[in-house]
This record gives sequence, structure tokens and C-alpha cells, in this order.
Amino acid sequence: MWTYLQVELYKIFRRPRTYLSFVAITALIGVIQLGLLVDGKEYTEFVMADFANTFSVDGKILNGYFICYIILQLLLVHVPLLIALIAADMISGEANMGTLRILLTKPQSRTAIVTAKFLAAAIYTLLLLIWIAVLGLFVSMAIFGTDDLFIMKSSYVVIVKESDIFWRYAGAFCFAALAMLTVSSLGFFLSFFAENSIGPIVATMSVIIVFTILSTMNIPIFNIIKPYLFTSHMITWKEFFDFKVNDANEAMVGSIQYPEKIIKSALVLIIHIIGFAGASILLFRKKDILS
Amino acid sequence: MQSIITVKALTKQFNNLTAVNDLSFSVQDGDVYGFLGQNGAGKSTTIRMLLTLITPTSGSIEIFGYPLSTHRRDILQQVGAVIEKPDVYKYLSAYENLKLFAKLSGMKPTHQVLMDQLEMVGLANRAKDTVKTFSQGMKQRLGIAIALVHDPQLIMLDEPTNGLDPQGIADIRNLILRLSRERKKTVIVSSHLLHEIEQIASRMLIIDKGKKLVEGSATELFDTSQTILQLMTADNNTAIEKINQTAWAKHLQPIREGNIIISLNRDDIPLFNRMLVEKDIPVFSLQPRHSLEDFFLQVTAGKQYVDIFTS
Repeated sequence: MWTYLQVELYKIFRRPRTYLSFVAITALIGVIQLGLLVDGKEYTEFVMADFANTFSVDGKILNGYFICYIILQLLLVHVPLLIALIAADMISGEANMGTLRILLTKPQSRTAIVTAKFLAAAIYTLLLLIWIAVLGLFVSMAIFGTDDLFIMKSSYVVIVKESDIFWRYAGAFCFAALAMLTVSSLGFFLSFFAENSIGPIVATMSVIIVFTILSTMNIPIFNIIKPYLFTSHMITWKEFFDFKVNDANEAMVGSIQYPEKIIKSALVLIIHIIGFAGASILLFRKKDILS
Repeated sequence: MQSIITVKALTKQFNNLTAVNDLSFSVQDGDVYGFLGQNGAGKSTTIRMLLTLITPTSGSIEIFGYPLSTHRRDILQQVGAVIEKPDVYKYLSAYENLKLFAKLSGMKPTHQVLMDQLEMVGLANRAKDTVKTFSQGMKQRLGIAIALVHDPQLIMLDEPTNGLDPQGIADIRNLILRLSRERKKTVIVSSHLLHEIEQIASRMLIIDKGKKLVEGSATELFDTSQTILQLMTADNNTAIEKINQTAWAKHLQPIREGNIIISLNRDDIPLFNRMLVEKDIPVFSLQPRHSLEDFFLQVTAGKQYVDIFTS
């Protein structure tokens, strides 16, 4: 199993396609950082336009934490495509290349093979997120410095103290990892049904787009199924940046306003991951290899 | 001799299609076992079932005396296979591919072992090149190196000469014979090239539409002392008339593909040739047909098979 995992990781990281995702992430984050470095003042003035007469802001709004929040909001919509490029190719790509049949004549159980492939896709997903964290958070902190985090919600503003931010990002990235692993396991599961990678990649993205639309539409019939759609829970990482207030309406450092929301969403995502991975293993054990 | 593979009543159905139908056969230790049949006859499906790539609908497979369904891992440890075209990872080099599959076979191969294996198939000088730059023949040879890298006892080769030039085909033929004679390996070879099988197989199985037609050694299956001659003349009708006036008439077979066919004892060929000259029959060519080809024609009872196999 360990040998298989090593081999799978070796194969992933010897493919030029793998690095496209890292290059794309680097380019996207670089563009955002460059844009905000050059025109950040105008951007913050535009964002703060509604509050300019109400608030007097002290300090530096355009800091590394703020930039990372923007990057996370933007990127976590597009990262699933980059994850699908690899995860949805894990089985279908091998079938397409004709290597699946050689692989399965080797003396290993199919469960070990598929588990190693699943773990390799998961490791790739996590590395991609770590790369986003390095560029989005640490490089932004280095370029823009640090200060309190100023977040505009739909009907209120949240200001998170600088000393209270870092653990929230750690939590947000961990949650984002769960969300992206769900995408990865969906792509992996769909890769069983095709003998070329395009189909499962497109199918993965289609499922995410359709589910995201259903999750955001406020129509009663869809509201029934919303809690069960994994896309409804993928954005719950934002809950890490909402805190409780005390009776004096002061922020309680180290608190989260709705921790139960995070736990519930995490459970839904974990159930999806286990479900997709389990179904993949069951299917793979029975699959006739005709490619 | 010990039976290495025992297949009993093997059947595979894909929806309404019965790809393999109640197939039974056995392969003995040290056999080079030829597996013959036209495209779609069920050869590849059978080999895939022997390799656990396809689950049989019914029937049983025992390899090395153990049921394949319960001893998959132990059995595959001793099996090397090339299934149809041996696709490998095109973005990796020949050396990397070989190393990777050797690891998956449970080996910890040394550099020398890998290079020896590549040397054996004539790819040592291309070891560091990525496979995407390889011809089909080179990929085929790499596939064979991968199948043999863990020194398996049983080797299954499905169409191993596909895409190879004549020299490559001869190399593979010699390699199979060497593996069988010198290293005492058991080899199953499926091929559409009857002549190739005839030269290397100690025993063979012919299947059609998933069913066994015949199984046995060349001497058991057909009379190797008899030679089928293919005669082409300027005027076949006149030639047949003249042959019918002689004692050779009883050797005439029905015309095939515009050629007169004669079945003769090998020693009678010079006498028959002399008769043709004496009767003033203008001969364009007189050549022996491969005996397996003719045997195949007999058992499949239709010339369309020979057309496919010899094209």
C-alpha cells in the first residue's frame, strides 16, 4: 500500500499537468497582489464608500490578512477545477492510457490500489491548499504587513483583532481542505465511469456548478435539499471570522459565533468524502477492466 | 507433467453477449501454449479473466494449483503479462517505467537488474528517453521487459508481436523459445499470426465465438507429414483436367483463392513436380501452405478465417 502510494505520488508529480495548477494559483494570487499593491488605496476607498461617513478607520485596512481573505473568497470558487484536473483523471486517465490493465495485473489488492490512488489525489489537493496558504497568507503578510482584519458582511462589519486572526486562518484553511477533499473525492468517484479524463473533469465541475446554483437560489423547493448539498457547506470556512460579543457588545477574543455550524458542515463534508471514497472502492473491486 | 493452469467451464457474459462460453482447458508446466482465434473469438477476454481483470460469470480458474479467486495476490506474484498493446506512462522514461512496475511487483530492483532487462529487449541505449518518443515496436518490447522484470514463472502474452517489424517478430519468437527452453517458464501466447504460433507453440487451443474448438499439440491436432501445396498455373481449368488424367487426381482439393490445392506426402513433392513438367502445365508458382493455417481452416470450416489470419 505504501509502495503504491509512493508510486502514485511519483506519477502525479512527474506529470507536467500537475504543475499547471500550481502555476495557475501563483499567477492568480500574483495578479491579485500586484493589483492591490498598485491600486489598493482606490479599492479600499471603493469598498469603504458606504461606511466612510459612519466610521473613522485607524490603521491599515489593506494588510496581509485582508488580502488573504479576498484571495480565499475568489480562489475557493476556482480551485475545484484545478483539483478535478488531477482527481478526475486518477482512474479514467489510466484507462485512457491503457496502463490500468498493467497496474491491475500486479500483486496488490484492488482495495489497496484504489486507496493509494485516493490518498495520492488527497495529498495533491492538500499541497495545492498549502501553496495557496503560503502565497495568499504568508507572502501577503510579507508584502502588505499585518493589522486588524476588516470584513464587510451583508449587514454588518466585523473587525478581528490582529492577535486573534492567525488561528482563524488555520481553522479556515483546515475547513477549506475538507471542502476541497470533497471535490477531490467527487472527481475521483466520477473517474470510474469514463475511459477519458475530459468527461469526469467536466462532470465534476458541472455537479459543483449546478449544486452551487441550487445552494444559492432562495426557492422553497430547493431549500429542502440545500442542507444535503455539499456545496452549501463549502463556504462555511467564513464562520471562523465571525465571533461572539459579550453583553457590552464587545468582541470576545478567541470565540466563534456559530461553532455548531462549522461542526455540522464539517460532518456533512466528511460524510460526502467517506461516501464517495467508499463507493469508489466498492465499484473498483467489481469493475471489469476492458480498456 | 504438472498442470499450471486449469480452466473449467469458464463463461463470461456481457449483457446479452456471451464472450466466453463454457471454456475448459489446461496448460502444463513448461508449455508454450498457443491461443488462437479470430478477432472477437474471446481470447483477450479469457486472458483478462486469467489475470483477474475481468470477473467470470461462471466457471473456475486454478493457477499453480490454487483457485485464482481466493489466491489472487500470491498467483499474480508469479505471473507476468502483456495485454494487447502494452501502454505505459508516456511522460516517464523506459527506465522509470520499468522501475515503477518492478516496485509494484514487490521488487527492489537494482540499477543493474533494470539495465539488464532493458538490454534483453534491446532498449538499454534508450533507457533515459521518455516513452512518448518510442515507436510501437519499442513500446511492445518495453512491455515485455515489464512483464518479465520480476522473473515470473508464468508469462501471458496477448498479441506480443503487434506493431513489430520482421526482425522484432523474430526477436520475440526467439525470446519466447529461450524463456521456455532455458529458463523453464510456462508461456501463453495469443496471436493472430498462425505461422508464429506454429513455430513456437508446444500445445495450442483454438477458440471460436467463445467456445473451444480443439486443444492439443501440433502432432496431436494434425498430420504434420502431409503438406498442402498451393499451385498457380496459367490456366487452372486445363491444369486440373490434365492432373485428373493422372494418379495424382485423388490428391486434389477444392480450389481456394484461385489456386489449385493439393494434399501430398512431403516426399512426393518432387514426383508431382516432374509430372507437371511432363504434362506441359505452365506453372507460375508451387508453394507449401502452412499446415496450421490449413488445420485452422478445417476446424473453423470457412475460408473467411484464413483471410483474416493471413492478411
